[in-house]
Amino acid sequence: MIAAPSTIPAGGAITTQLLEISIGPQHPSTHGVFRMDVVLDGEVVRALKPVVGYLHRNHEQLAEKMSWLGSMPYTDRLDYFNSMSNNWAYALAVEKLAGIKVPERAEYIRVIMAELSRLQNHASAIGFLLQDCGAWGTPLLYAFKEREKILDFFETVSGSRMMCNYFRFGGVRVDLNDEMLAMARKIVAEFPKFLDEFEKLMTTNEVVLARCQRVGILPKELAIAGSISGPVARASGVEYDIRKVDKYGVYGQLEFGVPVGAVGDVYDRYYIRVLEMRESVKILQQVLRDIPAGPVQAVEVKLRGFKIPAGDGYGRVEGAKGELGFYLVSEGGPKPYRYHIRPPSFINLTVLEDMCVGHKVADAIIILGSIDIVLGEVDR
Amino acid sequence: MNYPGKGLVEGLAVTARNFVGSYFYKDRLTTVQYPEERIQTPENSRTFPFLVFDESPDKPRCTACKICEVECPPKCIYIVMDRDDKGKPLQRPKAFDIDISVCMQCQICVEVCPFESIKMDNDYEKSKYGRFNDLVQRLPDLLKSNDYYRQIKPVKAAEVDAKLKAEAEAKAAKKAAAVAAAAAKAAATPPAGSAT
Ligand code: SF4
Ligand code: SF4
Repeated sequence: MIAAPSTIPAGGAITTQLLEISIGPQHPSTHGVFRMDVVLDGEVVRALKPVVGYLHRNHEQLAEKMSWLGSMPYTDRLDYFNSMSNNWAYALAVEKLAGIKVPERAEYIRVIMAELSRLQNHASAIGFLLQDCGAWGTPLLYAFKEREKILDFFETVSGSRMMCNYFRFGGVRVDLNDEMLAMARKIVAEFPKFLDEFEKLMTTNEVVLARCQRVGILPKELAIAGSISGPVARASGVEYDIRKVDKYGVYGQLEFGVPVGAVGDVYDRYYIRVLEMRESVKILQQVLRDIPAGPVQAVEVKLRGFKIPAGDGYGRVEGAKGELGFYLVSEGGPKPYRYHIRPPSFINLTVLEDMCVGHKVADAIIILGSIDIVLGEVDR
Repeated sequence: MNYPGKGLVEGLAVTARNFVGSYFYKDRLTTVQYPEERIQTPENSRTFPFLVFDESPDKPRCTACKICEVECPPKCIYIVMDRDDKGKPLQRPKAFDIDISVCMQCQICVEVCPFESIKMDNDYEKSKYGRFNDLVQRLPDLLKSNDYYRQIKPVKAAEVDAKLKAEAEAKAAKKAAAVAAAAAKAAATPPAGSAT
């Protein structure tokens, strides 16, 4: 194994000067319109300040002016890789608040959609991470090839590849027919083949090991203190998965493991995603085997003039990037009084500086890539 | 067997297999030469809304009830009800504009419309040169025949047709029953009728 030098001793023979530079907001490796204010000593990062807000679209305020259903399509645009899980988190919050029971088949369909989203999100996340490492194109395009199949499935079911707008309060919009289920089964059957190939390409690749191991370590204590969630926290050894903790939907009846990392470096964050994809495939196999017949939409929910009794509720799901939560306050009217989102990308970004200080500037790029942020969600 | 650079060599082997394989296996070649080749869009796929008419474009199904205008999340629909000379509403739109530069293709208008009048198209080639007015679709651009709808979404159109037919039959039956009841009532009470 090749040991990567993590720091350069400062104050050697050469006297250096600190230099403050701005990376982004239109930099290809900042994953969107995100800016990092970096203080460099030679090539080594001494301080880093994330600057967000370039993609702010006033989502929360808009939702407070809209019917409950009206903001469902807007949730697609938060983390546009995972519109299905975003829909779910919002639907879950509303269902909790209104006390709606979801039919069993709809719960199964929701799991299928959320896990497929996770597969394609993780596949592209590690593809992008390796692209940041300098593996230009190849792994990313292999991941996109696989993602394409899942997006085609989403289009067949919901009508749109990314902006699915598929979940409804008390169920889902369209039932899956036999052809669609066959399509999903085919994707799930073929996915492990892609994972094996991808691992052969990357997991033991010496360049990947040299670039990613012991870079950007996030200690377990800091992960907990910073309320980091999702694969980033699990890579640091925090065994926390909302699917296991809350057992929302039918996750309580499914068998799957929660992989955790040991070191919490970039490599662990890469590998944890591979392992999570393998678990997702397991979940999908169970769900596609057991999916019951029945209705997919609770009858009591109206599309128009839908009102929710006064109160507040918090619905959260284990999104592909971490804990995605919606906090809603209702006054009993047709629209939310308060609508707040807990975006995982944004909160995971808060420890970026702690991970980057002491590493080279090129490492800061892959550390950012390993958090897997989507700016639609960071800025809202 | 373990040797230095094993991971690299294996990775390159994967790349080579994919590269060579793309000449022989269709499933390894995933791209389509777009303007010449096109992928058939699935039935559920959606782009922008259009309005359905049954027999002729001057009799759209839309009754200008403005429900979709109210429910559309980004408020990109604008409707004016047509009125006759005396100002009586004619239950059809005089103007129906959708600004497709604002429309986010969410399909909520389709779901809330009680008259099966607005539907999602799957035409994705809507690029225009102009930036402002060209992207506003007026009533004549939006009106498309039910045959077109049947062609792009055969399964759903059949469902809608069956539903509308059942509704029309139920309405006709109800009307016939009302007429029959009125006739029976008239027959049963002739003296009262003749007295007045
Ligand atoms: S399209 Fe439907 S909802 Fe909209 S105004 Fe016409 S009839 Fe009403
Ligand atoms: S698809 Fe959505 S955004 Fe577009 S007109 Fe209909 S309701 Fe409005």
